[in-house]
Amino acid sequence: MNGGFSTASGGRICLRIGSEEAAVVRLLIGQLIDLIGEVGEAGESESYEGMPDLKFSENTSAPEDPVLARLFPDAYREDQGASAEFRRYTETGLRDSKRAAAETVLATLDEGEKVYLDAEQAQSWLRALNDLRLALGTRLDITEETLEQMRTFDWDDPRNAGYAAYDWLTYLQESLVRALW
Amino acid sequence: MSTAPVELDRPDAAEDLRADRPWVSIVWNDPINLMTYVTYVLQAVFGYSKKKAEKLMLDVHHKGRAVVSSGSREEMERDCEILHSYGLWATVKQDV
Repeated sequence: MNGGFSTASGGRICLRIGSEEAAVVRLLIGQLIDLIGEVGEAGESESYEGMPDLKFSENTSAPEDPVLARLFPDAYREDQGASAEFRRYTETGLRDSKRAAAETVLATLDEGEKVYLDAEQAQSWLRALNDLRLALGTRLDITEETLEQMRTFDWDDPRNAGYAAYDWLTYLQESLVRALW
Repeated sequence: MSTAPVELDRPDAAEDLRADRPWVSIVWNDPINLMTYVTYVLQAVFGYSKKKAEKLMLDVHHKGRAVVSSGSREEMERDCEILHSYGLWATVKQDV
């Protein structure tokens, strides 16, 4: 497989990525940003000009969409009230930081087939790539046995495109973790 | 920090929760997060050695979960929030 992350001079991380692969990442990250935007949308209160946004979420339960439920999980397994309270104070900030990381990915991807990332940008890539794998993996219903099952798919199985993208994102994420270590 | 397995028994709601019992943050196994990534995050968030982070990661992988930090309830909620920002499946509970 071509491309991936490596260490570069000056504490930077270098990403080599082909234009077709970059297009796939751009497409999926765009979908992720749209999806993340749905969190807390209905609960957004009216804001007044000049007034600070207090960043409280009005959501009290985990999102129904399994992908969003995975990205914004309950903090208490056996206490719905405590989970709701935790969500109220943390969900909006979590959503904003996930969206900011995804937007950093889009902005740096525009630099071409060889991208140099500073430490902060590399951390954004690390989190956004992981969110992307969580989202795609949840949609694909990935399990510990999935790799074995993939080998039994026919060439024309429509699931191949999604699994191939997931597999490639896994390779990218692994190369980034190793470059950061 | 405790690396002892967490009790599976659910605490009785009517149980007298003693204030002096510590709280813990727990990371749960999932089929998507990479083992290398989980190890990296535990090192980055808690400053654990690679050896300690790897042991916790393997506990998560093989036992389904591991206690990754302990302290006050506020501290554990903060840890949980940071772990969620990294996409780890983390929860908080009072230690038993």
